[in-house]
Amino acid sequence: MEDPVTRIQLSNGLQILLKEIHTAPIISQWIWYRVGSRDEATGITGASHWVEHMQFKGTPGFPAGILDRAISREGGNWNAFTFLDWTTYYETMPSDKIDLAIQLEADRMVNSLFDPEEVNSERTVIISERQGNENDPLFQLGEEIQSAAFRVHPYHHEIIGDQADLETMTRDDLYHHYRTYYIPNNAVLALAGDFETNLMLERLREVYESIQPGPQPPRLFRPEPGQPGERTLFVEGTGETTYIQLAYRAPTANHPDFFPCSVLDSLLAGPSSLNMFGGGISNKTSRLYQALVEKERAVSINGGLQATIDPFLYTLLLTLHPGCTVEQAVASIDDEIKRLQDTPPTEEELWRASKQARALFAYGSESISNQAFWLGYAEMYATYDWFIRYLENLQAVTPQDVQRAAQTYLRPQGRVLGVYQPKDHQEEGQE
Amino acid sequence: MMAKASFTRFSFSHCRSRAGVPADSHSLPGPDDTLRRTLSNGITVLARSNFNSPSVVISGYLPAGSLFDPDGRLGLADFTASALMRGTARRNFQEIYDALESVGASLGIHGGTHSAGFGGRALAEDLDMLLSLLGEILRQPAFPQDHIERLRAQFLTGLAIRAQDTGEMASLAFDQIVYKNHPYSRPEDGYPETLQAIRREDMLEFHRAHYGPRGFVITVVGAVDPQEAVNKVGQILGDWDNPSQPDNSALPPAPALTATVQEKVTIPGKSQSDIIMGAIGPQRSAPDYLAASLGNSVFGQFGMYGRIGDVVREQAGLAYYAYSSLSGGLGPGPWYVSAGVDPANVERTVDLIHRELERFVREPVSKEELDDSKENYIGRLPLSLESNAGVAGALINLERYGLGLDYYRRYPAMISAISVQDVFEAARHYLNPERLGIAVAGP
Repeated sequence: MEDPVTRIQLSNGLQILLKEIHTAPIISQWIWYRVGSRDEATGITGASHWVEHMQFKGTPGFPAGILDRAISREGGNWNAFTFLDWTTYYETMPSDKIDLAIQLEADRMVNSLFDPEEVNSERTVIISERQGNENDPLFQLGEEIQSAAFRVHPYHHEIIGDQADLETMTRDDLYHHYRTYYIPNNAVLALAGDFETNLMLERLREVYESIQPGPQPPRLFRPEPGQPGERTLFVEGTGETTYIQLAYRAPTANHPDFFPCSVLDSLLAGPSSLNMFGGGISNKTSRLYQALVEKERAVSINGGLQATIDPFLYTLLLTLHPGCTVEQAVASIDDEIKRLQDTPPTEEELWRASKQARALFAYGSESISNQAFWLGYAEMYATYDWFIRYLENLQAVTPQDVQRAAQTYLRPQGRVLGVYQPKDHQEEGQE
Repeated sequence: MMAKASFTRFSFSHCRSRAGVPADSHSLPGPDDTLRRTLSNGITVLARSNFNSPSVVISGYLPAGSLFDPDGRLGLADFTASALMRGTARRNFQEIYDALESVGASLGIHGGTHSAGFGGRALAEDLDMLLSLLGEILRQPAFPQDHIERLRAQFLTGLAIRAQDTGEMASLAFDQIVYKNHPYSRPEDGYPETLQAIRREDMLEFHRAHYGPRGFVITVVGAVDPQEAVNKVGQILGDWDNPSQPDNSALPPAPALTATVQEKVTIPGKSQSDIIMGAIGPQRSAPDYLAASLGNSVFGQFGMYGRIGDVVREQAGLAYYAYSSLSGGLGPGPWYVSAGVDPANVERTVDLIHRELERFVREPVSKEELDDSKENYIGRLPLSLESNAGVAGALINLERYGLGLDYYRRYPAMISAISVQDVFEAARHYLNPERLGIAVAGP
C-alpha cells in the first residue's frame, strides 16, 4: 500500500498528517487526543468519555446548538469516540465546507466552557447511556470480565465509567481532565480528501500554531501483574440465553506477536479488520464456527483483537446452543485451540488469511472517512507506517509463528472465562 | 458572528476541488453514468462503475417478503431466504462459504416485508464467482434438513434475545397498535411458535411460488464496466423463468386509530425503558412524502436530533437517545418518536414528547428550521454516495420507487421548493396528538 502522506509537527507539538484523495469532493478531518479510560484513576472513571460529551456543549465562539447546527447545515457527517487509549472527533464534509470543521476543532481544543449546569444535565444523559448499556447482557458480562482481567491496570473499568463516579464527579474534575490532556502536544490532527497539501497546511498553521502547548500530561503507570491462574466468573440475569466469553491476554499492537495473533484470530474465528468503516465478512469456514456452530454447541461465535498501547485482551464470544452445556462448549474450544498448539496451520490457510485481509482493506479504502481514520488511529499506538506495512507484516507470518502464538497466548491459565446465564437456569445437555 | 466571518473568508481558497468536474455531477448518479437495462424475462439491472476502488458490490431484491407468510408460519420468507445459502444442487454449505471466504467475499439474503433483499461484495476479480453463486442459490437451492434445523435453533435464540430487548419489544408492540389487523403488524422474524411450525416443504413451496425474475432488481457498482456487468447478469439470470410468481398483491388500507392507545411490555431486570410513540406516516409515493420527511428532520433528526433531542436530551437530560423516524416504503411506514429512559421517567418523557407533537401540528416550523434541514438534505448527498455500497443503495431506491435515473440531479431543486406550509400540512395529515400509538417496554 503506497500512499503519499505529508507529516509535519508544529512548533507547539501538534502532529499533522495529510493525505490527498481526489476521487470525490469530500474531506474528512480527525483529531485525536491521547487520553482515554486508561488515564482514569478510581474516582474519575468515565471522565474521558464525559469530557467528550462536554465537547459538544459549546464554546464562546460556537455556543451549544450553533455548533451542531452549523455542521448539519452543511450536510456533514460527524461523531466522536472514546476508547481505552484515545479520544477522537471527526467531521466529513463537502470539500468546500471543511473550514468550519477546522475552526471548530481548534476552538474546542482550548475554549470549551464546561458550564456547571450543562455538566449536571449531561450527568443524567450519561447515566442514561450507561443504563442502556446495562440492558445488554453482553455489556454486563464484558464489564465483569474486564475488571477480573485487570486488577491493577486502569484498563479494568468500562469506558463509560462506574455508576459511583458518574454520580459524584464534579465539574472541576472534568475541566481539570480536559485542560490536562487537550493540548496540542498531546494531539494528532489528520485530514484526507480533496485538498491541496500546501494550502491546507497554511490554513492549519493559521488556526492551530498559536495554541500554547501544555506540560506533558501525567500517566498512570500500573502494569498488570501476571495472572497466576485461570479466573472464572458468572453473571446471572434475565432471559433464556447463555453467553460465554473467554478473554486471553493479548500482545500490544507494537509487539512482534500482534500479527501472528491476528492470523490466529482469522483461523479460529474468521477475519476481522480494525477499519472504523467498511464492514466485514462471514466466518463460517473458521475453525471455531466449524467445531461449535456446525456441531450445534453454539449458535454463533466471534473473536476480537484490539490494537492497544498496553497489553489488553483477545476475546472469543459464543452464544450457547440450547442443547449444549457450558462445559461441553468450552471443551470444544479447548480442543480446537489444542489442535493449533499441537500442529501448525497449513500455508494455504495463511494465504487465505492474507487474501481476506487484503479484501477487507480494499473495502475500507472506498471510504475517505476510513482512510482519514487510519492516518491518526495508527499514530495512537504506533505510527501510520504500521498501517502501510500491515498486509506485508501479515503475509510474513509463518505457520510456526501461529502455532507459537497459540501456545503462548491461549493457555487456559492465562484467561478469564465468563458465563452469563439466566437466573434459575436448568442445565440441559446432550449425553 | 466572528466564527462565521473567518469561515467564509477562507472557505474556497485551499479547498478548490481537484476532482476534475463540478461537485454535483461528479458525485451524484444520473442517466449519463448509470446503465439501466431490463432483460427479456423482466429482470432489471442497474450498473455504475467506480474504478477508484478495486472492489465491487451487488445488491438487489425480489418480491418474496413476509407479506406472503401464512399467519401460522410467520417468519417463512426470512427462513427461506436464509436457507438458500445453506446448500444448492451443485455445492454444499462448506463449498459455498469456502468459495466466498477464501477470497474475502460476502453474500447474504434475508426476508423483509415486501421483498427479499440480497447483497454481496468482493474484489473485482471475483465478481464472476459472486454472480455465479447468487444465481445458484436463487435458482437451485437444496434446503438441506440438518441446516434447516441449525438455522431454526439460531432463529429461536434470536427471538429469545429479542424478547429481552426493550427497543425491539417496544417496536413490536407499537406496530401491533397502529397497524392493527394490517399485514404490517406482523414481524418478519415471526414468533417462536410460528418458527417451530415451519417445515422444509413450506420453504420449497415458498421458493417455488415466489422466486423468479418478475419484479427482480439487481445493481452492480464498482470496478467493472457497466455493460459488462449487465452482460454477466444476463448470462447467469437471463434465462430464469417462473410462471408461478403472483402479481403484486395490493395492501389493505392502513387502519386509523380513534383514540390514543398505550401499551406496556414488562421485561423484568432492565435498567432502561424504551418508548416508541407515533402513528402511521406516508408511503414513499405520497405527494407529501418529502414535505413529511423534512418535517421529521426538524422535529427529531437534524443536528443532535432536532426538537425532540433538544427537549428530551439537551434540556431535560432524560435520555441518551431521543429522536424521531419516518420511513415510507411501498406501503405507509410508521412515523414515531423513540427514546430510551430511566424507568422512573417514562411518564414525564411521554408528556414532553406529547407536548412537542402538539406544537408540531399546531404551528408551522420556522423558515430557519426548515432551511437548516433543506441544506442538510442537499449537502449530505455526495457523502452518502461515497462508497460502492452507498451508490448501490441509492440506485435500489431509485428503482424501487420509480424515482427516475435523474432523480439525484433534480433532488436539490425539489427540496428547495418545499415550503413551511407544505411541511405543516404534511404534519397535520399524519399526526394527531389525540390518536397516537404509545408502546413502552421495560421493568
